[in-house]
Amino acid sequence: MTEKTSAPKELKEEIKMDITPEKETQKPVEEKSPVRPNPPAGGEGAKPKPDPRRRLFKTDRMTIVAPAPHNKGKQSVPRIMYTVIAALLPALIVSLMLFGTKAMVTVLVAVFAAMVAEYACNKIMKTGLTIDDGSAILTGILLAMTLPPSFPIAATALGAVVAIVFGKQVFGGLGANIFNPALLGRAFLQASFPVKITTWTLPAFAASDAVTGATPLGLFKFEGISTALKPLLFGNVGGCIGETSAIALLIGGIILVILRYADWRIPLSYIGTVFVFSGALWLINPEIYPNPLFMVFSGGLILGAFFMATDMVTSPVTPLGTWIYGIGMGVVLVVIRVWGGLPEGVMYSILFMNGLVPLLNRWTRPKYFGEIQVEKKKN
Amino acid sequence: MKLSTFKKGLHPEDYKYFSHDKAIEILPLPDDVYIPLQQHIGATCEPLVKKGDKVKTGQIIANTGSYVSAPVHSSITGVVMDIEKYYHPLGMRATMIHIKREGEEEWELLEKIDDWKWAPKEKLLDTIRNAGIVGLGGATFPTHVKLNPPEDKAIDSFILNGVECEPYLTSDDRLMVEQTDKVLLGMAIMMHILDVKKGYIGIENNKPEAIAQMQKRVVELGYPFTVVPLKVKYPQGAEKMLIYSVLRRKVPYGKLPMDVGVVVNNVATAYAVAEAVTEAKPLVRRVVTVTGDGVNEPKNLMARLGTPFKNLFDACGNVKDDVHRIFMGGPMMGMTQYHLESPVVKGSSGIVAVTGELVEEITTFPCIRCGACVHICPMNLMPLRLSKFSQAKEVEKLDEFGIMNCIECGSCSFICPANIPLVQWIKVGKIRVRETAAKKSKEKA
Repeated sequence: MTEKTSAPKELKEEIKMDITPEKETQKPVEEKSPVRPNPPAGGEGAKPKPDPRRRLFKTDRMTIVAPAPHNKGKQSVPRIMYTVIAALLPALIVSLMLFGTKAMVTVLVAVFAAMVAEYACNKIMKTGLTIDDGSAILTGILLAMTLPPSFPIAATALGAVVAIVFGKQVFGGLGANIFNPALLGRAFLQASFPVKITTWTLPAFAASDAVTGATPLGLFKFEGISTALKPLLFGNVGGCIGETSAIALLIGGIILVILRYADWRIPLSYIGTVFVFSGALWLINPEIYPNPLFMVFSGGLILGAFFMATDMVTSPVTPLGTWIYGIGMGVVLVVIRVWGGLPEGVMYSILFMNGLVPLLNRWTRPKYFGEIQVEKKKN
Repeated sequence: MKLSTFKKGLHPEDYKYFSHDKAIEILPLPDDVYIPLQQHIGATCEPLVKKGDKVKTGQIIANTGSYVSAPVHSSITGVVMDIEKYYHPLGMRATMIHIKREGEEEWELLEKIDDWKWAPKEKLLDTIRNAGIVGLGGATFPTHVKLNPPEDKAIDSFILNGVECEPYLTSDDRLMVEQTDKVLLGMAIMMHILDVKKGYIGIENNKPEAIAQMQKRVVELGYPFTVVPLKVKYPQGAEKMLIYSVLRRKVPYGKLPMDVGVVVNNVATAYAVAEAVTEAKPLVRRVVTVTGDGVNEPKNLMARLGTPFKNLFDACGNVKDDVHRIFMGGPMMGMTQYHLESPVVKGSSGIVAVTGELVEEITTFPCIRCGACVHICPMNLMPLRLSKFSQAKEVEKLDEFGIMNCIECGSCSFICPANIPLVQWIKVGKIRVRETAAKKSKEKA
C-alpha cells in the first residue's frame, strides 16, 4: 500500500501505529510530534515503512492519513491512451476495407512487435510492466498507419521495435521521450528501405486489381497531376494505410478534440498554417503551386495533425507554445512539400518541431496571475 | 445570462447533496472541551487561567498583547482540568486548555454596544478583537486586522465570500439561508468600519436557495449590496480568484487584496461579527458540516469550539464501518484527521468522512506532459515543472517559475491523469525555497 500511495516521502508522517489506550488519552504521553513541519533532508531508508492507516480513537477503524487533496479526477494515462486508440478505429476500419488483409496484417504485426519490445525493455530495465498502459499499442497502430500496405512484414516489425526501443525506452520510457516514437520508427524505415516505403498499392476499388501507383502528392510533385477532392476525402487514393480517408480521420480527431485528449490549438494552427501558406502561394501562381484544399486533404496531414502532433508527451504544455508549435509544423510542411525533394513532409515537420518542444516549454511560461501588473507598476 | 467567473480552474463533483438541505442543528453541550491556544494566524496566546479555575462561557482564557492575533474564549461553563498538549486537527500536538462542564451555563458577555452606527470605529474594532473573531472560511486571519487597513490603502469595495467552492461543505450555504439577516448585518457593520460604499456578495450558482434568499432580504432591508451569482468553479473561494470573478481586478504577486482596494470576508465571519457587535457574544461556536458518504446522517451542526470530533460524529449517527479517510475542511485542501479526539477550532468549516469509493488507492504513472495542470492552474503556474524542480531541489528554478504564487488549491493533483502528487511536491518546494532564503539571510548577517 505504501508503494502505491504516491505522496512525496517528505510529506508522509513518520509515526508508528498510534493506538493509545483509552485511559491514557486524557493525558497523552509526550512523544515525537506526529507531523513534522519540515521535511527531512533524506536518508531514511533504515526506518521501517510506516503503515499509512492509523487507528481512530475508541474504534478499530483504520483510516488513511495523507496530504490534501483527498479527491481525484477520473482521468488516467491508460484511459487517455485507449481513447486515442478508439478514436483511430474509424480510420483503421476504412483502411482495412480499402487495402484488405495486407493492411490488417501490417497493423497486427506492428502492434505485436511494439508490445514485445516494450515487454523486453521492461524486463531489461527492471521498470515494472508498462505494456498495459496502452502506449505501446498506440505506437504500433500509429506506425502501421504511416506505412504503405505492401510493406514487408519483417521490416514493419523492425520499425516497431526501433520505435519503442530507440523512440521511447532509451529516453526512460513513457513521458521521457523527445520525439514521437511512431514517427521516429517510420523515419528509421524511410532511411533503411527508401524504395519499399514509397511503393504504394492503390486501394482495391481504385483499380480492378490492387496495383502499385503513386500517392496524390507524388503524382503532383513528379508528374504535375492534381487529384480531385472527393477521392481524397473518402480515401480512394494511393497512400499509407491510415492516411487516405480524410473523413474517417476527422471523425476520430474531432472526438479527441471534444474530449480534450487532443489540444484543439494544434490541429487548428497546423492545418490552418498549411492552408493559409499554401493558399498564399496558390494565389501568387496557381499553375506551379497546388490548391490549398488539395494540400490539406492529401497525404498524412490530417492523420499527423490530429493524432501525431497532438501526442501529449511531445507537444508543448503552454498555450502560446502550442500555437508556435503548430504554426512551425505548418511552415516546415509546406516548405518540404513545395520546395523540398520529397513529396511528403508531415513526418519531418512533426519530428522537427518535437525537437523544439523543450525550448518552447521553457520560453513560453505563462504570465502568472497578477504578474503583468507588477511589471507595469515598476515602469 | 452569462455568469461571471475567473479564468481556468475546474469543477470537481461537489457532493453538496449530502447536507445542503439539512437545517443547522444545535449540538448539545459537550462534557469536555479542548481549546487550542493557537487557532489563528499570528502570535500564540498565553493562557490566563490555571488548573482548577472556574470559567464562564465566553470568558477570555488566553490572550496576547500582539496586534496580529486574537484571544481565545472558553466555550462552556466549567472547570479548567489542565493545560496540556492534545491532538490538534492540523496534525500536531498543540497546547490546549481542557475544560470540564460543570453547573448551569453562565455567559460572560462583551462590552455592550448600543448602536453600532454611531459607535467609534476603534470601539467596534476592539469588540471584534475581543470577540476573538478570525476569518472563519479556514484561513483564520484575525478579522480586526483585515478591517483596519493602513491609511494609504484606499478601500472602495467589500466582498462577502459566500462561494464555498470546496466540495461537500455546506455550512456557509446554510448560514446564508437561515441567518440571512445576521449575515447581512455583519456585512453592513464591516462595511461601516471600513467606510466602504460598494458591497458585493459572491455566491456560486449551485446554491440557488442562498442566492434567492440573500437577494430577497437585501431588497427588503434596503441594503446597497449586489448579490453576484458566480459560475461553479474551483477554487473560486480563494480571495484572489473571487476578487477577479466579481470585480475583474488582479491582486499583484506578493500583494494583498487591500492593494487593489478590496476587503474580502467570509459569510461565517460576518455572522460572528453581527453576534459580537449586536449581542455582545464572543466567538464560542460555529457551524460545522459533518458530511461525506462515510457518515450515516450528514448534518450541519452549530458546535461549540473545542468540541471533540467524536461528539459531532456521534450526533450524526457515527461513521460507517468502511470509512477510509476523515478530513477537516474540504477534500481539496482539508487536513486528514488521525484522531477523533481533535477539537473543533475556529477554522473548522466541516468534517468529512469518506469511504473507499471516492479515494481509491492510486498508481502513479510518469508525467506525459498532457498540460492539464497548466491549463487549469488558477494562478497560471506550471505545476508539472514546479514539481520536477522541487524533486530535483532546484531552488533557483522554483523561484523563476513563481512557486510562491501557488495558493495550494490542489487542482493540479486533482486533474493529473498520471496521479502525480503535484501540489504536495510544490508544498515541499515552497519549504525548500523558504529554507534557502533563511540560510542566505543568515549568511549575510
